[in-house]
Amino acid sequence: MNRHIVLPNEYRDSVSLMQIAARLRELDGIRDAGVVMMSESNLALLDDVGLGLEGVEPRPSDLVIVVAADSDEASETAFDEARAGLSETTGTDSGEEAVEQPARSIRMAKQRHSDLNLTVISTPGEFASLEAEKALRLGSHVMLFSDGIDLDEERRLKDLAERESLLVMGPDCGTAIIAGVPLAFANQAAPGPVGIVGASGTGIQAVVCHLDSLGIGTSHAIGTGGHDLHEQIGGISMLRGIRMLADDDATDVIVLLSKPPSPEVADRVTRAARETGKPVVVCFLGAEPDMLPGDVHVAHTLEEAAATAAALAGADDAPDAATGLPMPSLREGQRAVRGLYSGGTLCFEATMVLGPLLGEMAGGLPLHSNTPIDPAEPIEDPWHSTGHTLVDLGDDVFTRGRPHPMIDHSIRNERLLEEARDPQTAVVLLDVVLGHGSHPDPASAMAQAVEDARKLAADDGRDLTIIAIVIGTGDDPQGLKRQVAQLEELGIHTYRSHLAALDAAYEIVRESHGAAR
Amino acid sequence: MTELLTRTPTIANVGLSSFAEPMRAAGAHVVDVQWAPPGGDTQVARALARLVNAPEVEQANRQAIDNFLEAQPQLVGLAPARDVIPMLAERRILHAGPPIDWQDMAGPMQGAIVGAILFEGWADSHEDATRLAASGKISFAPCHAAAAVGPMAGVTSPSMPVWIVENAAGGNRSYSNLNEGLGRVLRFGANDQEVVQRLTWMRDRLGPALSQALDAVEPLDLKSLVARALTMGDEVHNRNIAATSLFFRHIFRPVLETRPAQDAVEVLDFIEKNEHFFLNLSMAMCKNMLDAAHGVEHSTLVTAMSRNGVNFGIRMSGTGDRWFQTAAPTVDGLFFAGYGVEDAAPDLGDSSITETAGLGGFAMAASPAIVRFVGGTPNDANANSRRMRHITLAANALFGLPALGFAGTPTGIDARHVVDTGIQPVINTGIAHRDAGIGQIGAGITEAPRAVFAQAITALANELDS
Repeated sequence: MNRHIVLPNEYRDSVSLMQIAARLRELDGIRDAGVVMMSESNLALLDDVGLGLEGVEPRPSDLVIVVAADSDEASETAFDEARAGLSETTGTDSGEEAVEQPARSIRMAKQRHSDLNLTVISTPGEFASLEAEKALRLGSHVMLFSDGIDLDEERRLKDLAERESLLVMGPDCGTAIIAGVPLAFANQAAPGPVGIVGASGTGIQAVVCHLDSLGIGTSHAIGTGGHDLHEQIGGISMLRGIRMLADDDATDVIVLLSKPPSPEVADRVTRAARETGKPVVVCFLGAEPDMLPGDVHVAHTLEEAAATAAALAGADDAPDAATGLPMPSLREGQRAVRGLYSGGTLCFEATMVLGPLLGEMAGGLPLHSNTPIDPAEPIEDPWHSTGHTLVDLGDDVFTRGRPHPMIDHSIRNERLLEEARDPQTAVVLLDVVLGHGSHPDPASAMAQAVEDARKLAADDGRDLTIIAIVIGTGDDPQGLKRQVAQLEELGIHTYRSHLAALDAAYEIVRESHGAAR
Repeated sequence: MTELLTRTPTIANVGLSSFAEPMRAAGAHVVDVQWAPPGGDTQVARALARLVNAPEVEQANRQAIDNFLEAQPQLVGLAPARDVIPMLAERRILHAGPPIDWQDMAGPMQGAIVGAILFEGWADSHEDATRLAASGKISFAPCHAAAAVGPMAGVTSPSMPVWIVENAAGGNRSYSNLNEGLGRVLRFGANDQEVVQRLTWMRDRLGPALSQALDAVEPLDLKSLVARALTMGDEVHNRNIAATSLFFRHIFRPVLETRPAQDAVEVLDFIEKNEHFFLNLSMAMCKNMLDAAHGVEHSTLVTAMSRNGVNFGIRMSGTGDRWFQTAAPTVDGLFFAGYGVEDAAPDLGDSSITETAGLGGFAMAASPAIVRFVGGTPNDANANSRRMRHITLAANALFGLPALGFAGTPTGIDARHVVDTGIQPVINTGIAHRDAGIGQIGAGITEAPRAVFAQAITALANELDS
């Protein structure tokens, strides 16, 4: 049944009226509703849809509310609702400042900030290189954190960058420091005279932190991504980084870090470094002796690179002599080193250093690693240790669908318990990498696991030695001193020197080896 | 050359937002980029990366937008369509939107075509007209192919009078038929005797009267009229009353002076009763400006957005006659009493040519009432106009929007920017009933689907390097 009311001389625009009608249709007992000015055409319209008004003359300045309702009560409610809607004050917002739309593309960002000179990209891999291309076309340098970009695509990007005289840091570049600004997983370093160009993120972090322990700051750390020195890429980004540091007044000493490149690329980058006229330290981790260049300073390990650079920069601080560890009382059979690393380069360095030492122990256990270098053997099952094992927990097999171990300690904590259960384990090595992007409180994150591990071992009558290599600077957000103190409280032996930590671990195992014989 | 090491960097952060904070703490100015995969797949992303800031595209777009802004569309006359559109010399009927075959057409468009066939006298009954339409003996083509545009079904047949708009700068001409009014009209698919009679009157009385009146006066500069209407609450797509009134002021005296009184009254009355009379002229004006910008090699300027009730299509300056199409969305909005979204036809009509030219939804700040179709506020109307600026090449200073401090309407959609930002062009649109002949059942705000822009830039990128 239709009912209507007329409100004389009540003009509203059609849109407001349609909104009110829409609200009325939502009410219980209302099948349909029309709220219109009583013009001829509007009355005809109501007629067409079955809301027609009998014998009503058009009166364009009068307003009619008509409802098809189930009951009188429903109609009355609707009319009240309509009157309420008509008397609502319009303008719920009065001149509030429009919130500016966030930038939805790099181009928009560049338009708003014409001095944009660096684009940091961490989108999923298949799109990341294309965002990088856009940034380059728009005249911006690029840091490409994302990985999963193939060599052809990397070469294409770097060729484009070269045409534009721009730097691409990456793909797979996790660490950089530009003009004192830490980018992605980087440490908070004091400014200083050493500039680094590195193909490894944790390698850069290790050098920056070791320099810091020697009281020397970093001017810039330019990451090149892990594949820059591959034959197909030819060191494009490292070469550009070297040139940039050569021109940089704040840089007195240049450090180059990488895994061994092809001889041709090695030659090219060391030549470029020599031509800068500044002292250069080259660390190609694991390089064959005959690959090592002539008249630059060669370092075999990351901390040797840092120490050499520091000396060249005029530091006279010698690092604190590493303290040896009290010998634990090992049970028979406890003979193995288990290295649980979050930084792949550190794991590699450990394998490089410990491999020959452990190999010399006749009748000793074999060394396995998933960052293998002769004489270490590849791990069959990276999830389980056998013999001596040095495992990079940042490898894809562990990180698929999970955060990196520098952020999320759960995998390493689990693994620590497993090593504690294994009667063969004598000593565990852990790297604790501080800095931006890493876990805000690594010591707390591992505390429970460490206690449980000790208890597991102790219940089985075993002493478990845990050694931590702490990679951090005094200014890092986690608080280096506090982290060290907390780790020590957990019974962990901490070192800032990786070599000293490896040495300590080796001494323990050698002791047990000797005891075993 | 861009420096990097010599100053604190200004950084765009794309991806993990947590990276930004340490950079800011160290004193860098960091711009967070709200990123989403452009176009959804890597082929589109690749094409986009190729085109962003590519010199040949930038230059082409500058040329295209200049042609657009310099266009001077003038209303120079009115004539039977066949006299000015060569394509209509034969048995052909034009329709809105991208090309489509009879059997695939939506209800309102088929209804309109049947009505046009009856009007032209090519058949005597609805059944015969329908049979003729399906027989293949009549060809169909988009209005756009004939430099014309039509609202809703947009059906334009040889005898219909059409506006003639001429670009005084570039010389190109554009056409549109006359707006019949509201309710049961051809453009919504109605085709009964009343509709045909009205079309006949328009051909025999309205058309000649307007033609004579226009011949008696100087060409009418359409951009100035529209600029004024924008300051009076119109956006010349869904709000046309101010423009219609201004046009009435222009035409009433010449009509009175060139027609016997009774005729003149009929003609002027017809215009006065139809708030949207100016819409077709607005569309022809926009078409004229965009056609002037069309055909610039390598340009990613969008020169047409249009729907045929089944598909939504665009044309781009640098890709010639190609249409890039996808299914037309159904529009939700505010409905007249008795109707809901289930009754709605998919989006229909060439009238989105207004948005393509920076008017309509792009000028929503001029017409805040529109935004209440989706429960918004005047600030939302302003925000819409501001947001469109991010996907356009220019702001048209001639069409200033008072609510935005007279900033020009965002003009010249760049297909690259749509894909890059994910911001879709907004369209204010009327909603037709899905069945022929019932008419408009509501109005709403919709967005152009992203897929067509992705297709367009992929096509252009492929051509660029081949």
